[in-house]
Amino acid sequence: MADSGVTDGPENRDDIERAKTEGKELTKEEKQRLRKEKKQQKKNKEKKDEKASRESDKEKKSAAPASQPPTQHTAQKAPLAVPASAPVPLPASEAPVPADKPAKSKAELKAERRARQEAERASKQGKKGEVGQQAATGKAKAPPSELQPVVKRLPEHIQVDNPDVLKKLAKKLERQQIPLRSDYGYKVSLFSHLHQYSRKAPLTQQLSIPSTVIHPAIVRLGLQYSQGIVAGSNARSVALLHAFKQVIRDYTTPPKEELSRDLVNKLKPYISFLNQCRPLSASMGNAIKYIKKEISNIPSQCKEEEAKRKLLNCIECYINEKIVLAAKAIAKYSIEKISDGDVILVYGCSSLVNHILCEAFEKGRKFRVIVVDSRPRLEGREALRRLVQRGISCTYVLISAVSYILPEVSKVFLGAHALLANGYVMSRVGTSQIALVAKAFNVPVLVCCETYKFCERVQTDSFVSNELDDPDDLIVTRKGKTQLEDWQKVDSLGLLNLVYDVTPPDFVDLVITDLGMIPCTSVPVVLRVKNVDQ
Amino acid sequence: FTGAVHGFLLSPIEAFLSDLKRGGSGTGPLRGSAETARETTALLRRITAQARWSSAGDLMEIIRKEGRRMITAQPSETTVGNMIRRVLKIIREEYARSRGKSEETDQQESLHKLLTSGGLSEDNFRQHFAALKANVIEAINELLTELEGTTDNVAMQALEHIHSNEVIMTIGRSRTVEAFLKDAARKRKFHVIVAECAPFCQGHEMATSLSEAGIETTVIADAAIFAVMSRVNKVIIGTQTVLANGGLRAVNGTHTLALAAKHHSTPLIVCAPMFKLSPQFPNEEDTFHKFVSPHEVLPFTEGEILSKVNVHCPVFDYVPPELITLFISNIGGHAPSYIYRLMSELYHPEDHEL
Repeated sequence: MADSGVTDGPENRDDIERAKTEGKELTKEEKQRLRKEKKQQKKNKEKKDEKASRESDKEKKSAAPASQPPTQHTAQKAPLAVPASAPVPLPASEAPVPADKPAKSKAELKAERRARQEAERASKQGKKGEVGQQAATGKAKAPPSELQPVVKRLPEHIQVDNPDVLKKLAKKLERQQIPLRSDYGYKVSLFSHLHQYSRKAPLTQQLSIPSTVIHPAIVRLGLQYSQGIVAGSNARSVALLHAFKQVIRDYTTPPKEELSRDLVNKLKPYISFLNQCRPLSASMGNAIKYIKKEISNIPSQCKEEEAKRKLLNCIECYINEKIVLAAKAIAKYSIEKISDGDVILVYGCSSLVNHILCEAFEKGRKFRVIVVDSRPRLEGREALRRLVQRGISCTYVLISAVSYILPEVSKVFLGAHALLANGYVMSRVGTSQIALVAKAFNVPVLVCCETYKFCERVQTDSFVSNELDDPDDLIVTRKGKTQLEDWQKVDSLGLLNLVYDVTPPDFVDLVITDLGMIPCTSVPVVLRVKNVDQ
Repeated sequence: FTGAVHGFLLSPIEAFLSDLKRGGSGTGPLRGSAETARETTALLRRITAQARWSSAGDLMEIIRKEGRRMITAQPSETTVGNMIRRVLKIIREEYARSRGKSEETDQQESLHKLLTSGGLSEDNFRQHFAALKANVIEAINELLTELEGTTDNVAMQALEHIHSNEVIMTIGRSRTVEAFLKDAARKRKFHVIVAECAPFCQGHEMATSLSEAGIETTVIADAAIFAVMSRVNKVIIGTQTVLANGGLRAVNGTHTLALAAKHHSTPLIVCAPMFKLSPQFPNEEDTFHKFVSPHEVLPFTEGEILSKVNVHCPVFDYVPPELITLFISNIGGHAPSYIYRLMSELYHPEDHEL
């Protein structure tokens, strides 16, 4: 997922931003500046007095508190040596370079760079095989591609087994005055790199009321996320954008600060807080990226009222364009694919798929729907209620009965949480299973997804990057007996409650987006087109 | 004069029938198939001992009649029918032995035999042999001993199939698989992932039982089967019935599990003792599936939509033989293509339809 808790630094942030968004290669000076700053980071780290170095770092980057963990990461990775399939975080994450760094000659820089790369390669061989992204960054000698040279930064929430990362995160949260959420329960060893929280211990218990650091709308939103009251990627993004609108309305620029810079810095602790409540989804990450870009593009001579109005307008436009109108466009395309007499299978509760089915029903198509549901979330019941209210005739089964019901089905419509750049569909756990069984019965599988959910990450299995939900959700009481009640007491028993899984593209026949109907493998093409447009 | 069942035999038969009727809906105490098989065989032995019959044909008639009643009480409990067919085959064998003919020629359905003599028909069972009763009862006792040892025999083979540090996946609860894994756990360390198998969630009991034996167990929801399958080395499942074509009638969710295993080329091993082998084929659509109360799936608390929605709660799944790698039974391991041969050893073709 996208951990967008980073910011742009002062000064050259603008140039690099503009260069990146225009898709040009960084100029030599900019590259040098980046390298200088990275080298400085490494030197400070190597110093024996770690604390002193961190304090001096803090001074230098007072305007960019959250960039320390990511820059430490970038110091470990080969700079600019990755293909365009990079995660969502801002490309300028390594940009905060204070101007008071000592200048070095070109030869010295080159020598230091080479030494650093050798050290990185040696250290990398000692590491365990990790995310595939890391293997991609191991090509230390690869020249930067002519596409945007984006430096990879591993998001924190998939590095829970790395104690250094956890320490840095704790320090960062302390600085931002946000409580750190602790993991709960025994984690299955395959997932020791992910967080696992309990719903009974929400983050807000550790916050003081009223919270001075975090806007109350954000606190409420975080609580809604962690308790599962707001769930589903569209709902979460829209709620996030509305909360940000409230934040912008209540914002006043402090004296001697620029709105474009200060507001972005204000948003960072909020994003960290929301990330602690529940890891950000890909759609939320894209939305945050968009907002930050808009805020930083506000010209400095713009008056505060006008700037705020402009931002609110931007957010409204984003919601309208990317979510509401996109849903209309997708519904229009999908209706062509629904014919009379169809039996359509849907899984869980996807707001987009529900919208499509309701629209098709309004237009007079005759079909019936089979809603497949799964424990422990049982989201299908919500979809069932919505469809039955409209008058659509529905059948309801659990996912274990899907191979019983599939011979009756003519089409499968699935929603998506995100579409990855290698064509895999990331969606609610169980989606890949349904696609698998549908393929075995030769039933077409159609995935509906708006383009703002397209993500530049790549992933091949459901282990490396996922979300672990509260394991206590799996416990059920049947006939008065709760079998797994004391699962914590038994050492060798673990419960696993996954939230997402990835569906390989050969199971998916068609993806319906607001740009049209495309095959799964065209996702990187769409991403590239979008980037060029921006 | 056909045989008759004495009055005092009626009550145990009725008790057994009512047990069968209650046990199948998922609400009464769930009985393992091994128990049902044992009880059926014990009851058949009692019928043989206490009913009034003079020739093998009479006995077979009685057993068939009572057997039909037992099967109609709970059609999904196929072990009852299987045991009845085994006992019928025992009777035929003992009769043939008493007559002095070798068993081979009598039961072989060679084409020549079928054309010339038409096989051993019912009339031939009219002869009376004094020792037949004792022989039949003795043979049924052997069958009972075999039934008692099946789980152990299957579990004994565990170490041949499980190596250390494996990740094994299973679904729901099968006593045979439980014994199998516990036996292997005595000598090897491995990890088991149990799919909980909604809505009855029998996987939870399986997981607690395995973890008490010291096996590293993880419980996952049914929806995560495919997500987790890439890290699984073997899938070991139990089944309710093994069908005549080598397919399975297993708990719902097994077909998905088998497809996921096939996709990842993970071997699928079925631990099924011989008494689960049934001469049925999966073609009879209306008798294959069994449904229980949909309130397990959509409870009555969802009242306002209940009346407008169709809810299905099937109990079984059909798994085709192409997805299965190996059957492990009390007499060893077999490929699915060999099942039809085992069938001909256990049951007589005329008994396939009771």
